[in-house]
Amino acid sequence: MKKALLCSAVAAGLFAGNALAERGSDGQLNIIYWQAASILNPYLSGGTKDIESASMVIEPLAHYDETGTMVPNLVDEIPTVDNGGVSEDLKSITWKLSDGLMWSDGTPVTAADVAFTAEYCLHPEGGCQQASNFTDVESVEAIDDSTVKVNFSVAKPFPYGPFVGAQAPVIQKAQFENCMGAKAPECTDANFGPIGTGPYVVTEFKANDVVSLKANPNYRDAAKPAFATVVFKGGGDAASAARSVLETGEFDYAWNLQVEPEILSKMAAAGKGTVVSSFGTSVERLMVNMTNPDPALGDKRATVEGGPHPFLTDPAVRTALSKAIDREILVEVGYGEAGQPTCNVLPAPAIYASTANDACLGQDIEAAKKLLDDAGWVPGSDGVREKDGVRLSILYQTSTNSVRQATQALVKQWWAEIGVETELRNIDASVFFGGDQSSPDTFQKFFADIEMYTNNFDGTDPENYMANWSCKEIPSPENQWLGDNMPRYCNPEYDALVAEMSTTAKLEDRAALAKKMNDMLMQEGAMIPLIHRGGVSAHANSLEGVRMNEWDSELWNIADWKRAE
Amino acid sequence: MSDIVVEEMPEHRSLWGDVWSQFRTHKGALVGTLVFLFIVLVVVFGPYFHTIDPQFLDIRNKNLSPSWEHPMGTDNLGRDTLAQVMAGGRVSLLVGVVAMLLSLVVGAAIGVLAGYFKKLDGPLMRLTDLFLALPLLPLLLVIIMLFRDTLRSAFGPETGIFILIVFVIGITSWMQTARIVRGDVLTIKEQEFVVAAHSIGTPSRRIISRHILPNVLSPIMVSATLGIANAIITESALSFLGLGFPSDFPTWGRLLYDGANFMQLTPARVIWPGLAISLTVLSVNYMGDGLRDALDPRIRGR
Amino acid sequence: MLNYTIRRLLFAIPTLLVISFLIFAILDLAPSDPTGNLPLTIPPEVREKIRLSLGLGEPFPIRYLKWLQQFFINEPLNMIEQWFGITIGDSENRLRVQSWATRSPVVDLIVERMPQTLWVVGMSYVVGILIAIPIGVISAYKQYSVFDQVGTFISMVGFSVPTFFTGLVLIVVFSSTLGWLPSIYDTTHKVTDLASFWFQVKQMIMPVMVLALFNASQLSRFMRASMLDNLSQDYVRTARAKGLKERAVLLIHVLRNSLIPVVTVIALGIPQIFGGAIITEQIFRVNGLGQLLIIGIQGADIPLVQTLTFIFAVLIVLFNLLADIVYGILDPRIRYE
Repeated sequence: MKKALLCSAVAAGLFAGNALAERGSDGQLNIIYWQAASILNPYLSGGTKDIESASMVIEPLAHYDETGTMVPNLVDEIPTVDNGGVSEDLKSITWKLSDGLMWSDGTPVTAADVAFTAEYCLHPEGGCQQASNFTDVESVEAIDDSTVKVNFSVAKPFPYGPFVGAQAPVIQKAQFENCMGAKAPECTDANFGPIGTGPYVVTEFKANDVVSLKANPNYRDAAKPAFATVVFKGGGDAASAARSVLETGEFDYAWNLQVEPEILSKMAAAGKGTVVSSFGTSVERLMVNMTNPDPALGDKRATVEGGPHPFLTDPAVRTALSKAIDREILVEVGYGEAGQPTCNVLPAPAIYASTANDACLGQDIEAAKKLLDDAGWVPGSDGVREKDGVRLSILYQTSTNSVRQATQALVKQWWAEIGVETELRNIDASVFFGGDQSSPDTFQKFFADIEMYTNNFDGTDPENYMANWSCKEIPSPENQWLGDNMPRYCNPEYDALVAEMSTTAKLEDRAALAKKMNDMLMQEGAMIPLIHRGGVSAHANSLEGVRMNEWDSELWNIADWKRAE
Repeated sequence: MSDIVVEEMPEHRSLWGDVWSQFRTHKGALVGTLVFLFIVLVVVFGPYFHTIDPQFLDIRNKNLSPSWEHPMGTDNLGRDTLAQVMAGGRVSLLVGVVAMLLSLVVGAAIGVLAGYFKKLDGPLMRLTDLFLALPLLPLLLVIIMLFRDTLRSAFGPETGIFILIVFVIGITSWMQTARIVRGDVLTIKEQEFVVAAHSIGTPSRRIISRHILPNVLSPIMVSATLGIANAIITESALSFLGLGFPSDFPTWGRLLYDGANFMQLTPARVIWPGLAISLTVLSVNYMGDGLRDALDPRIRGR
Repeated sequence: MLNYTIRRLLFAIPTLLVISFLIFAILDLAPSDPTGNLPLTIPPEVREKIRLSLGLGEPFPIRYLKWLQQFFINEPLNMIEQWFGITIGDSENRLRVQSWATRSPVVDLIVERMPQTLWVVGMSYVVGILIAIPIGVISAYKQYSVFDQVGTFISMVGFSVPTFFTGLVLIVVFSSTLGWLPSIYDTTHKVTDLASFWFQVKQMIMPVMVLALFNASQLSRFMRASMLDNLSQDYVRTARAKGLKERAVLLIHVLRNSLIPVVTVIALGIPQIFGGAIITEQIFRVNGLGQLLIIGIQGADIPLVQTLTFIFAVLIVLFNLLADIVYGILDPRIRYE
């Protein structure tokens, strides 16, 4: 009670401070995403551009802020075991909606809407793209108008999958009621203009082009948002998006500027805008194929049955490959502010970050050579090392992207210095990351020796992410190559840790387990992490209130954005 | 002495001698030939004088302006631009010329056959429609998926991909030539000299080679000129999409593409590859002009 | 001529069916996947479900037949209903061709994008032709003059420098440095008065010029070559000999005959307008049909790409026919029986 009073006092203070601010007083806000939004329903499209554009309109019960901490959004407090919101057996969580919430059409937000959202996504024929946020959800019940209870079929140490973060926002029951399951894609009007609780409302949606929005007249804070209209334009490439904010000043905010750092700083020198970055859990890594990708094996290619890799199973080779890489230079050339060298596949949040592997940070060509010499790999007549007729010749694949190709070229040269021959291959992203069964070029099939890409996890809990490297996740023809364990790493000890984590509740213990798993993966060399990648965006100097966030939508606090005086 | 030459000339007169003497009088053609030869010589022999490896990364010397050591500067990974332009030229010129020839031969053959033989006109033109209508990008993805590994194992990664690229560009760019040539043939076929040749019983093969082909040379020459530029640029689009040569394999189009964003930082990176492409196209164009004039009996006689 | 036209039109039907089948087969064979561009945090089992919900679980012939039905029966019926405001049969449950990425009817997307594509790409084509024909005529008439040399040089450079480069140069000069023109095309802009018309002109200048330069380079070369061929013909000498004014010789006799092959090139280029200009549209964010197509291809949005390329194929077939007919009119010597 005391706490609530304090809160409202603070809120009143804030209101007083902002008394001058008025909804819609700052004109138009221009945002450019070089990938255009194709739909505003995150349950039907998991693309970042779609989730983030929709996040201006529809909102989850709680957000992650820029430090990865959960902050209440449509509720007054985050349910925990301590405050009784999460049951002792960890099988249910109860959310209590704030008072007086309204949809943009003026109707009240109720627990039934929240329960409906789960029902919508869990419909077996809907093809819901955020289904993983609702894993193990048994039922969602509206206890009264403002209380909703999520029941899980198993104990959930981290019960914040549903309705937390921009991937799982609450949608209006009245609008989507007739759009369940197979009918979901046919509700074009609803999918293009969802009714939400967010600061803006869609006025016009041109798929794959532009979204026009205006301030939500029923937004819960009468002084917000500051802008009357928002234009969310899409298309083009990252460099020209950066130019439109930093050089020409036509736009106020540009997203995901993966451009060579020297170009960005040259543009920023024009003085019109600022480049901002922040770090989440994304790590650019090299996956090491533990199985043999030799085409001669036919159907058994790159499977456990096909036998171990001829040379990458030798730990000395894997360590030498990692030691030969200068991660600082990779950052300098391709990432700039948006990258940090890392030796961990789990670099964040801070409590999970291990320091046990930092020895890999410095490049050491001589040590790498010595390792190979000691392991019996000696240079042949062409300078490429070999042992028992096996040459250290690597096929190194990744998706098509200029920064990745620059990284490939650098790594190839360093490996050449230690006597390893490399052939580079780059594959169109829609093929590489697509799961087409008939294509030999998917990252799951891994018909190469080394492959490079970035992965991360949603939210702040790494349990599912770390489970990716258990034995049963190995992609193979039996499971239609659907698996996340690309290196085909298999260690019963690791699997035991995965099982242990799924039953451990205490945060400190979970952190210790996650670190142990990370260290095991790193020390056995199942993959070679390169760079902890951050998001990089740019905003005009005249735009205030941007708090760049990698844990949630970058536009998570767009209600607070305003023109600088 | 000069008398003897004058007397001997008529006996040695051959078609190609005539063509050559006419070609020599065409100033543009001569300059074009010289420039083209110069470019070819530079890309073929240049690497023996400027010995920096085009793929060598000297990361400490990145984004350099032109200097004695790096006459065209370096790129953002510290690769020498001159070495890259020369290495890229070998590939681009070869791809450009071979793919152009392939598309020209296919296009001209289909155009002449369709224009000359009424029976073939329908089917061949519908085939042309079909090729025009096919979506190029998915088609490329399919071709590359189906044939890359086979060609790679048969010819090695570089030659295999070269064959694939030349083939892909060739078979997706012949349609316009075919349409234009067919249009011209339709007109020429009705002209008096062809009708006359017909009436004295000249076989079709001879009519086509003696009467039709020389008269459709000018559109073919224009197509050839545009075809080289087209092939060089298409190749760059392919490698950009990850369908072409490996990413560390320089070509002119690719250098231009990669350098475009660095235009304000290191202008030399885009000026030289751009100039190389333009000069090549320009010189081929003038050579084509000269050759057409030289082959045209009406002009040659003047 | 009428007979010929009808015969060609009838013949076009099986041709187009074959084309539609081939396009579908190629798209189906292509290794790209509709879930390929989704974040990796979406697990494989969910991806498999998404694929099933898109109908990818059904065999190839059934999906093709479904598309045929949706495109040739459902879409026209829907159009008729919209035009006349009537209802035919069970229009609620009639499935239209749905794009996978946007979950909306493909035809609506195409209609939405027509204006900007026709404005920008169409205008650049017209500008290109207007520049190319006089340049081609003068270059040929004054062969090897300074005008011809400069014209040749510019058109060759215009053709050999790709649009991604010319576009970027224009943006750096006119948007970044001078700040005169917008670098991003506003597709929601509506022309209502003089000021908004002026804005429309300003935002069209750069994309139109980039494309027009490219088109004009190509066309002027063909125009010049064709003029040169005709200038050396006997009928020109005859016309001059009978005392016709040089202007009349050039514009009435030579130009008319030289236009014949050029008309083919122009007619063949018109479907390209509807295909949009992928690269130029991307650079200036015109977001027309070309951008729609490339997004569809990158995202393996098969219904979208299939429908767009098929409409494109129809246009190609029609304009080829048109070119042949115009040919017959311009050149009486050509006989189609």
